[in-house]
Amino acid sequence: MRGVALLDKRRRGFLFNPPHASPLRHAQPTKDHPLQRRVTFDNRLLPYLLLAPQVAVTLVFFIWPAAQAIWQSVHLQDAFGIRSEFVWFENFTHVLSDPNYLDTLKVTIVFSVAVTVLAMGVALLLAVLADSKIKGARAYKTLLIWPYALAPAVAAVLWMFIFNPDIGSFGRALRALGYDWDYRLNGGQALVMVIMAASWKQVSYNFIFFLAGLQAIPRSVMEAASIDGAGPVRRFWTITFPLLSPTTFFLLVVDMVYAFFETFGTIHALTQGGPGKATETLIFRVYQDGVVNNDLGGSSAQSVILMVIVIALTAVQFRFVERKVHYA
Amino acid sequence: MKPTRFIDLVPHIVLIVGVLIFAYPIYVTLIGSTWDSGTIGRGGLPLWPGGQGAANYAQAWAGEAGDRAMYTPVRTMMLNSLVMALSIALGKIAISILSAYAVAFFRFPLRMAFFWLIFITLMLPVEVRIIPTYKVVADLGLINTYAGLAIPLIASATATLLFRQFFLTIPDELLEAAKIDGAGPVRFFVDVVLPLSRTNIAALFVILFIYGWNQYLWPLLVTSSGDMETIVTGITKMIGTGESANDWHIIMATTVLAMLPPVAVVVFMQRWFVKGLVDSEK
Repeated sequence: MRGVALLDKRRRGFLFNPPHASPLRHAQPTKDHPLQRRVTFDNRLLPYLLLAPQVAVTLVFFIWPAAQAIWQSVHLQDAFGIRSEFVWFENFTHVLSDPNYLDTLKVTIVFSVAVTVLAMGVALLLAVLADSKIKGARAYKTLLIWPYALAPAVAAVLWMFIFNPDIGSFGRALRALGYDWDYRLNGGQALVMVIMAASWKQVSYNFIFFLAGLQAIPRSVMEAASIDGAGPVRRFWTITFPLLSPTTFFLLVVDMVYAFFETFGTIHALTQGGPGKATETLIFRVYQDGVVNNDLGGSSAQSVILMVIVIALTAVQFRFVERKVHYA
Repeated sequence: MKPTRFIDLVPHIVLIVGVLIFAYPIYVTLIGSTWDSGTIGRGGLPLWPGGQGAANYAQAWAGEAGDRAMYTPVRTMMLNSLVMALSIALGKIAISILSAYAVAFFRFPLRMAFFWLIFITLMLPVEVRIIPTYKVVADLGLINTYAGLAIPLIASATATLLFRQFFLTIPDELLEAAKIDGAGPVRFFVDVVLPLSRTNIAALFVILFIYGWNQYLWPLLVTSSGDMETIVTGITKMIGTGESANDWHIIMATTVLAMLPPVAVVVFMQRWFVKGLVDSEK
């Protein structure tokens, strides 16, 4: 639930399709007053009252905890949590020089890249096929979008029902074929399991956005290319894929954020970060160090590192959106 | 009729394989929920339904002890999940529509400062600030309460941005006409802005309900008693370490019940769901 990348797609759709007969359509925000209406109410107190609930929640549950995390990340508490000492970046150097943390970082990168590539690749293939003029396209769409409703942890449980070496049909079949399948003992297999379960759940989300992106591509361009003798594969790589690039880029960022943060449930339900630390991602480690091991300074330093990663991803996304607006 | 060539069938084959990959795990779970734990535990689950369905669901719903352990009744967990999901969805919509109204329809000192303050929450997902947020909630005495489950998750820049963007499309003439007729800001909000926002509210509600229902890390932290367990975290606690001797029949029935509300929302409110998803990511 972040990002703004689809702004320009709506505009593109708006240009090529005649606008619906709605008076509101004509009043799109323009460059003259992008952030403020011309006519407003004059009221001293009311706007502050209207803002109060959201600002209160934001201050208490967002800004204050984030500030706490930053404060704790540069302090060291004694064993009883009574005194704390300012230690500059000691927590950070401690965290970043810990070979375990670097292993966790490596796992996170492998996991995130694999989930992103798998979810986007499969979704793009299915979206292109479901967008073509084939019978039953609507039914396929309905049957492909509902996994969005599943919680990451529930997706993990479903995969366990199938690939568990004791009770799962596929898990047992693999063993019956003589393959030593047990993701509870083998780290590599555990990583494959969490990658599959996490991307399985994310395909439908990517599918919805790719489909929206495909539907915004004007048919006339495709028809012209078709008349010029370009085959379907060539049309895809020279027209569809470049025109989809805003959607692709947007999904790239969203999927990375998903893999970094929202897959906590998948990993917690399926492997608990194990065996060993084979499926421990950065977010899982924050939980492990902060909640289970009660290391506040270290966990806070890790939280701050994560915040920097989210801010970087969001900033990249916004820069890209600005650039797109210039093209449009 | 044109003869069907094999090449024309390829898209259908790929799409059907795709549909099956997504449907198969659900099918297995549905079937599993109608057999006894012994059959599932031995790994001999057939591909057709068994006769234990009604008994399994009744057992899960009422929280009767399984062969191995006691569980929180599914009806309690469903109620907790429902209260959490509804509070998050309705709470988010309420506070963001009000703040968006303030930012869009009024000119006042520090307007942009407030806007940025709200905007910055985009960059602080609950996962990166869990420990300190947990501490705040604990200090406020909200552990194991519905308020503790929902309120920290209801501030959202996305919903505010969506409403603000929509409000900017409401023509100035409408506002001028209302002013001439003597309508104040409250009247204008209730009689004009709210009715115009109906579709946006519905679309947002679908997305936020699913978001709330599927929360995992936060409920795991702020609930410690069985009475406050939500259904998604409840399932993984039932599974434990995933030994073969588990009450699999209850676990599978619970999983089916956990999926039911959000899947129903997506399937029956598909139009709003897609709109809400695409709009709220703008």
